[in-house]
Amino acid sequence: MNELQFLTWVRGPGLDLAVGLFLLGMAWRLFEIYSLGRKQDLAAPRHAAGASGLHTVFRRSMPPPGMLKRSPVSYLGGYIFHIGLVVVVFGFAPHILLIRNLTGLSWPGLPSQFVDLAAVVTMAAMVVVLVDRINKPVKRFLSTFEDWFTWMVTFLPVLTGWMAVQHLLLPYTTMLALHILSVEVLLVVLPFTKLLHVFTLFGSRWFNGKANAHKGVPV
Amino acid sequence: MSASLEKVTQTLKEVIDAPIASYFESCVHCGLCAEACLFYTETGDPKYTPIHKVEPLRRVYEQEYTLLGRLKKMVGLSRPITDEELDQWQELVYDSCTLCGRCSLICPVGNDITYMIRKFREGMAVSGHVPDGIRGATQRTVEIGGPMGLKWPAVANVLKKAEESTGLTIPVDQAGADYLVLLSSMEIVNYPEYIEALAKIFHKAGISFTLASDAFEATNAGIQIGASDIARVIVSRIVDAAERLKVKYVLSPECGHAYTAIRWEGPNLIGRPYQFEVVHVLEFLDGLRQKGALKMKDKFAEPLILHDPCQIVRRGGVLQAPEALIREVAENYIPVADQQKWNWCCGGGGGASAIHTDEAEALRAKAFGVKKRQIEAAGVKTMVTFCANCRIVMEEAIDHYEMDTKLLGLTELLAEHLED
Ligand code: SF4
Ligand code: SF4
Repeated sequence: MNELQFLTWVRGPGLDLAVGLFLLGMAWRLFEIYSLGRKQDLAAPRHAAGASGLHTVFRRSMPPPGMLKRSPVSYLGGYIFHIGLVVVVFGFAPHILLIRNLTGLSWPGLPSQFVDLAAVVTMAAMVVVLVDRINKPVKRFLSTFEDWFTWMVTFLPVLTGWMAVQHLLLPYTTMLALHILSVEVLLVVLPFTKLLHVFTLFGSRWFNGKANAHKGVPV
Repeated sequence: MSASLEKVTQTLKEVIDAPIASYFESCVHCGLCAEACLFYTETGDPKYTPIHKVEPLRRVYEQEYTLLGRLKKMVGLSRPITDEELDQWQELVYDSCTLCGRCSLICPVGNDITYMIRKFREGMAVSGHVPDGIRGATQRTVEIGGPMGLKWPAVANVLKKAEESTGLTIPVDQAGADYLVLLSSMEIVNYPEYIEALAKIFHKAGISFTLASDAFEATNAGIQIGASDIARVIVSRIVDAAERLKVKYVLSPECGHAYTAIRWEGPNLIGRPYQFEVVHVLEFLDGLRQKGALKMKDKFAEPLILHDPCQIVRRGGVLQAPEALIREVAENYIPVADQQKWNWCCGGGGGASAIHTDEAEALRAKAFGVKKRQIEAAGVKTMVTFCANCRIVMEEAIDHYEMDTKLLGLTELLAEHLED
């Protein structure tokens, strides 16, 4: 297989396969999790302002009082790389084009220099949080193979995408094909790893917020 | 797999619901929950990270409920939980977790880790992985009526003394009263003044109340231990008495754990809503305050801080009343940095204070470090709280550190300064 055939494959059957596995995997996992159900709380509820599942979905995006100071790298690094990923994934014009082809949805892209910068900042932040994971006793203690693996699987698409745009190391076609391949790997593993938090965190915050709102505590 | 282990796996399987599954799936191993937990912040030991405390539960979830986990189990790639492991985890879910609920407010993906730990305890209880201290307290509650082994005659005695010193009658088993008053053994034994204070307040406000000779104990060791069958027996006693006496309200004592047990867990244990309302004594008092029926003759002058018991405030939802009341009675109230729902635990809730091994006691003393700093930062000699358990735990710690801090109960403090 030469590089062009490789690119054709990842763009065609490869992409179809990855998206298919992603959708199937997601449907399966979400069913697996949320079909477990939960018991109704029979205690008489107490009502309080700002206490509900939805409030918690939003509130948890901000650091609780004092936490930014206790763990600045987690929060700042976390914000930067998450926002950076959103900018790169949804702000880069060629990505928007692809999404339009797949779904028909479209929106204006960001200037490519800005996206470039965002990619570099994202990668830097990801390296920082990785180092933090190695350095901080608690993070290191909690880390399993999955943590290192998912970091890599998230990092590679950004790296290869950026390198393709910058024409670094490998010919553009090859790098682009590698980029798409890495995204496909990401799509396939997402439903089966902690990367699933991208979706389940909404459910988790909502459950937690709702359970505590029942007692009148905004969490 | 041994029989008890099979049973524990089965129980753990049963306690796993959609929220728990969602929580496990959402965890990104960021470790931030550790920063919320006093057992980690005061020791620096990563094993006290809240989410780590439910690791065996996570494995059961993975192996029983997820596609990949089941595949791994089929081909023998996953490690089933073992008895030794649960032995090891006993310390993590009992000695070093007070179910204080702080971690559940911190986790960025929104995990209610406290809920997970509580559910995990249920499985631990089934397999007998429970500290002796908590087991003993539970047994005494079931057999005798209270965790400290207190029987009605002893309570009646305390009531008689309270009647003598206040000159008021304290009704017992009186049908049709507005309030059924519950007590906690610790209060009866250590702070009988609580009963006197209440009697005075009720009489003054002209509200009728009663005690029930077959349901005076509000605490529920079944919940602490995680054994719902025992918990149900204990709570049914109160529900039966309240419905028999046809009271409108059941008044929970200060005790935080008792409040959660009767207010929040009770209906779920018996499988139906109550025919009465449960009111925490501070809510009751704050209601009187708002109506202008709680007048003080003078105020407590010395500077003081407030310790918000987790089970009443963060886990119980009595958020505003305590501060409003303390401002009513204290001249020099100093709010601490982490107050109300952010407050730090005394270190001995959730049954932990019933564990008397050397390790558990040493750990509790260490965990008190955070409170100690609060007291020192405020530069006060008085701390007010409203949970007999918190109070005893903190008194032990204050002795341990040879501090000259005085602890006061909020209800008693109010009673002392109440207009005659
Ligand atoms: S409930 Fe409290 S003591 Fe238990 S793990 Fe969470 S923060 Fe720690
Ligand atoms: S804070 Fe939440 S996401 Fe982070 S390690 Fe703890 S449970 Fe997991």
